[in-house]
Amino acid sequence: MREMIVSELTQAVQELARSFARFLPRLIVLVIIAFVGWVIAYLLKLFVRSILRLIKFDRLSENAGASQLLAKAALPSSSELLTRFVFWVAWLGFILLGVSVLGIFGLQQQIAHFFLFLPRLFVAMFIMFFGLLAASFFSRAALLAAVNANMPSPHLLSISTRVIIIVFALSMVFEELGVAEQTVLVAFGITFGAIMLGLAIAFGTGGKELARRFLEKRFVHGNKEENEDELSPL
Amino acid sequence: MSDDVSTQERSAAPRTDIKLAEESFFLTDDFVRQLINVGEIDILVGLPTHNNAKTIGSVVAAIQDGILQWFPRERVAIINADAGSRDGTSELVVNASIDDVRRRASNRSALRTLHSISIQYGSSMARGTALRTILAAAELLRARACAVISPESTNIKPDWLPALLRPIYKEDCDLVLPTYARHKFDGVLITNLLYPMTRALYGLRIREPYASEFAFSGRLGSQFLAQNSWNDEAARTGCEVRFTLAAIAGGFRVCQSFLGAKPHLERHAADLVPALRRTIGVLFSSMESNFALWSSKTASQPVPTTGVEQQVTLDSLRVNKNRLHKMFCTGVAELESVFHSILSPTTMAELQQSAGLGENEFQYPAELWVRTVYEFAASHHKAVISRDHIIQALASLFRGRAFTFLVENRNASESDVESHIESLCLEFERQKPYLLKMWSG
Repeated sequence: MREMIVSELTQAVQELARSFARFLPRLIVLVIIAFVGWVIAYLLKLFVRSILRLIKFDRLSENAGASQLLAKAALPSSSELLTRFVFWVAWLGFILLGVSVLGIFGLQQQIAHFFLFLPRLFVAMFIMFFGLLAASFFSRAALLAAVNANMPSPHLLSISTRVIIIVFALSMVFEELGVAEQTVLVAFGITFGAIMLGLAIAFGTGGKELARRFLEKRFVHGNKEENEDELSPL
Repeated sequence: MSDDVSTQERSAAPRTDIKLAEESFFLTDDFVRQLINVGEIDILVGLPTHNNAKTIGSVVAAIQDGILQWFPRERVAIINADAGSRDGTSELVVNASIDDVRRRASNRSALRTLHSISIQYGSSMARGTALRTILAAAELLRARACAVISPESTNIKPDWLPALLRPIYKEDCDLVLPTYARHKFDGVLITNLLYPMTRALYGLRIREPYASEFAFSGRLGSQFLAQNSWNDEAARTGCEVRFTLAAIAGGFRVCQSFLGAKPHLERHAADLVPALRRTIGVLFSSMESNFALWSSKTASQPVPTTGVEQQVTLDSLRVNKNRLHKMFCTGVAELESVFHSILSPTTMAELQQSAGLGENEFQYPAELWVRTVYEFAASHHKAVISRDHIIQALASLFRGRAFTFLVENRNASESDVESHIESLCLEFERQKPYLLKMWSG
């Protein structure tokens, strides 16, 4: 009995040693891949950082209003954030590649999913960034046009423009990421439709007089009386 | 080609050796054929039109009268670049008979043929394309001197032609810009910004850098035609100011000629932003390419002028000051986020303080106005936000400055108005080092 136990234990230890001996080279490969991956990811980070500096990405991000959002959240600048993101995605990619070498059952499929998801993540980020940029540009354009045309509530017009574009960009981002696709689509449709209907009703009933005066001033009298008192700039 | 010729018609032998410049390819074959039939000319008068039937008759008559009176021996062509008028403007130009002029003044007779050609270049007014057409025609016809006349100049006199063309024809000048007798509150953008800033930057006291009537030599026209990037929409905007600045930057001889009263055109408040784009937008953009030139100028020189430099009239004029003040205050409050990207904190604070004052206490002093403009120019250079947005943002602040100008000159005499404009110009010159600091900072 005792011999049997000893024999079983010895066999188990030997099996463990054999498994460890089989596993150790793979672990070393993982460590090597992780190290090489770190070096490559670091070089990539330096490269991306210099490219972003070259194209003055921070200024672009400031114009988009993204920098202000990041500052409020006590996050680093958008170029720093993007370089860090690239570094971590690249390094994580290498680590996962190394992990797949370990041959752990079920993990390889998840890793494949992760790699398939990466391009969509990049596209979503791209859409969000340019959505913010467009929102900032068009809201400012609306604000300037409204102020120069002496329209009432220029800020409201500007904010509405920004919100509509951001909502539109967000719905595109969610669709790209495949997050609650149907819900987002329906929610966007309802929200957008409600805003438009609300504006139409408000303008048609609440602001009937205002709309009439505005249209008359614009098209019937053609601002003639008002312009009689204006200066000729040139 | 017009059939409208003098009795002693010169047989214009068709020239086949006219070099078709690269720029002429945008012209229609028919137009080029008509130009080739005209042959070489001495003087070209360009008329950019768009639905100007009401005024064009008197303008063409004055031009013809001027030609008969002052240039009877020269070969002259009137080129009408029309933007698809639907009121028969181009027909009026082409069919205007020189015989009518001759009937009015029987002692006048031309020794040469007067050609009138009209070309339609599009369906909406594009000043850049109109000027390009006139320049290309001038080059093809090898005109020595060209004058561009606004079709809205209802008070044009025949002697405008010699005033504009003689300095080029006889005195070897390259660009003749007009000076006018203007109401003291007419052209506030020119008196408060375009003239003083152009003067401070380029060191030449040009009163009307944005001219609706001007004349130029063939060599200046050819150079501008070749150098301006016409396919770029932005480069076609504000071509009048661009042309003036190209002449200054190219070292051409610029002079001025007094024409008399400037016609009083219909005024529109909404015209301010497009006017800023056509003038200040172009001036700011020119600073990029001409940095070496303007950064080295420290003072300004007068420009050779025929007649008086500028005349100010003082008739009463109803102006809505209240609206200007209100729009300035609204602009400063609503556009705060935009101004934060453009202006320094000190300037911003001073503007906010001014906007808080009532109409009677409000003042936008020259020192603050010049600093504001220079900060706008530097921001335009650095493109801190969209450049067009920077120009649009300037409109609100300009209203504040216009208000102060009105108040300052409400009861001012002609010399007082001139002295106020002069002191503003000197302020622009004085603060130029600040512009240079901001530009490279």
